[in-house]
Amino acid sequence: MIAELGHYFLVLALGLAVIQAIFPMIGAAQGSARMMMLGQPAAYGQFFFSLLAFLALTYSYLISDFSVAVIARNSHSLKPLLYKISGVWGNHEGSLLFWVMFLALFGAMVAYFGRGLPKSLRARVLSVQAMVGIGFYLFMLLTSNPFDRLADVPFEGNGLNPLLQDPGLVFHPPFLYLGYVGLSVVFSFAIAALIEGRVDPAWARWVRPWTLLAWVFLTIGIVLGSWWAYYELGWGGWWAWDPVENASFMPWLVATALLHSAIVVEKRDTLKSWTILLAIIAFSFSLLGTFIVRSGIITSVHAFATDPERGLYILVFLALVIGGSLLLFAIRSDKLQAGGLFAPISRESGLMINNLFLSVATAVVLYGTMHPLLSDAFFGVKSSVGAPFFNLVFSLLMIPLVVTMVYGPHLKWKRADIKGINQRLMAVTGIALLAGLMTFYATYGGAIMPAVWIGIGVWLLLSSLQELSNRIKLFQVPFKDSMSRLRRQPRSSWGMTLGHFGFAVGLLGIVGTSAWTIEAQKVMGLGEDMTIGDYRLTLKDVIPVAGPNYTAVRGIISVSPKNAEENGKSFMAYPETRTYVSSPITTTEGDVKTTMAGDLFVVIGESQGQGRWGIRAYYKPMQVWFWIGTTIVVLGGLISLSDRRYRIGTPQRQKASRKVKHAP
Amino acid sequence: MTRIGLKAGARKKRRLYFLLTSITVLGLGVLLVLSALEDSIRLFYDPTEIVERNIGPGQNFRLGGLVEEDSFASRENAGILINHFVVTDGNESVAVTYEGLLPDLFREGQGIVAEGAMNEDGVFVASEVLAKHDETYMPKEVVDSLKKRGEWQRRTAETQQKDDAL
Repeated sequence: MIAELGHYFLVLALGLAVIQAIFPMIGAAQGSARMMMLGQPAAYGQFFFSLLAFLALTYSYLISDFSVAVIARNSHSLKPLLYKISGVWGNHEGSLLFWVMFLALFGAMVAYFGRGLPKSLRARVLSVQAMVGIGFYLFMLLTSNPFDRLADVPFEGNGLNPLLQDPGLVFHPPFLYLGYVGLSVVFSFAIAALIEGRVDPAWARWVRPWTLLAWVFLTIGIVLGSWWAYYELGWGGWWAWDPVENASFMPWLVATALLHSAIVVEKRDTLKSWTILLAIIAFSFSLLGTFIVRSGIITSVHAFATDPERGLYILVFLALVIGGSLLLFAIRSDKLQAGGLFAPISRESGLMINNLFLSVATAVVLYGTMHPLLSDAFFGVKSSVGAPFFNLVFSLLMIPLVVTMVYGPHLKWKRADIKGINQRLMAVTGIALLAGLMTFYATYGGAIMPAVWIGIGVWLLLSSLQELSNRIKLFQVPFKDSMSRLRRQPRSSWGMTLGHFGFAVGLLGIVGTSAWTIEAQKVMGLGEDMTIGDYRLTLKDVIPVAGPNYTAVRGIISVSPKNAEENGKSFMAYPETRTYVSSPITTTEGDVKTTMAGDLFVVIGESQGQGRWGIRAYYKPMQVWFWIGTTIVVLGGLISLSDRRYRIGTPQRQKASRKVKHAP
Repeated sequence: MTRIGLKAGARKKRRLYFLLTSITVLGLGVLLVLSALEDSIRLFYDPTEIVERNIGPGQNFRLGGLVEEDSFASRENAGILINHFVVTDGNESVAVTYEGLLPDLFREGQGIVAEGAMNEDGVFVASEVLAKHDETYMPKEVVDSLKKRGEWQRRTAETQQKDDAL
């Protein structure tokens, strides 16, 4: 009964979305306030019913109603509560429902907070938002209904893949989806602006918080995903350039570019059509990510053949959204008047170069991801593009990007003086060079690139601090004055400083862990030992352990310094191998000992018989820097989001001020 | 008038700069991509293709298929595990050796993807056995290969028969 209600609510939400798509758009064209007014109640209603549908599915999961097909396929009555709930979005159908529910929520938020928006713009944004929604509702109702019933009701569900039963993965997909859906609002604003034929700094002020919100969610989602891969998969990696990972990374790259180009629109009233184009592309990648990950098209063209209905629908939908919006862009973009001029060396140019390299990076990832698909489709050759490709291209492409990040914040709008900046950065540059040289010396005989990258990372780290200290005139005015200047810094400029600083910290982590990771493995009996880096691991005991829905073997391993005479603290590590009740596979729960210098990651494999066990260990230098760095970046985003100027709904359309206030 | 003309000229110049920079960057990007791609494309073969294309030693590629039932054996040599098993697509099969601990998902009868090269004796020496974590526990490439070789249909029919018998 509840499932049928859910289905019914879904149809109702579709009906309201159709109203929301049609009438406000017509109203905006004809200047009919009444028709435009229809947008808000429709948006609230659509959210209300999609929420009810979502709750209905969640309820069915909670009571383990195995007559519902998706639940029988993906759930199990013995699953812990948390994973029953996360099971709702842990599959194709449920994730779509989750998606569309947030799409409707964001639409309702635009309706509610957008009271300051010009009526026609708000009406058009709501309409576009609803059109995207209709695509999703129809896709669900026609090809992937989460409420489909089974004729033969099984006694027990298939269970969720045990690997997915991890807190990191409970929150990873929802954050990604929130990011994807957040970009839908930016997209709707872009399309509405194209129809209106008007983009101005006020428009950018409305779009920026949504971009920032989406970007923060995407960042959290991606980092949680790598966190999960790192701790749960037990191969000691956190990023493999897998098509699924790339699908989430591409919208992030474009959103990052968009975040920066929107600043130029807001401050200088220029780069408008480029920003609109980025908004369209960012959302296109979101759609691509959403559909492709779940339908498995990227790994295999044959996914189309196995499910032609879904495949065809996705193709048509993508073609309509992406093709349609690009067509609209081609027709209307010349309506957007170009604004202020700037010199080749200026803040604007810096942001433009940043956009350029982010776009090229996106194109590279797209090409590497699609290459296997294309070569299979056209030449029948099955292949994969390995991580070395992405690592090489990225490590080279990122150098100019980071150099831009070093200089960019120091540059003035319109025209900047690069000599002055070089002088100010002299000390910072010196320290960075020294750091690079020291790394080169310490790792002499190894690869050169990591040393270059450490130098660049340190350069960015210090220059972002230097930029902050310039702004508060540290050591130029009395310390107390500097502190009060520090307190008065706008939150959005804190966002930039923390964002760049955190990026530098994370970058150093990436360099450390990808350049100098060491791995060791050995089959051992009790009392035997192995060495990795400066550590000696001794297998003390292996004991059985019982969990709520699994049984496990736990290794008891003592870790001590390699050389017995060295005075280091020894500690214990307790890695586990779990076997789940509902599923034939086992998972490893590595034990990770984290220090700022590096992570020691210990994994116990299966029994090799005769009381011998395979033990694997990794030493990953500076791994924690990546997690800390990304946390700082997210924090920066959140702080910037709380800036009063960008609080959703606050901005009022005002005459674009030609005067540029002091740059944040 | 002149001021506007000047502005338009400056804008044209700016556009030209932007275009030139973009083209240079894109060109460099393309060059970089092409040179990097050459070394890191891994072709995928199933056992039948290894025989058909007569793949010899020295070429790195990815092998995918099912681990044949009762083919797995491992021995330990000074703490290092040496594994032998056979990968099949139902049509042809190839012997594989791998030194080191295998991923959790490795089982007889399960689909795997391994990276490595053939040796002189026609044995595939794997440098890496990929732990493909898929919701259905089967790498996509292997599914496609099994379907092409008819093995998939045979297995599905078998399970169907088992279900009917129950």
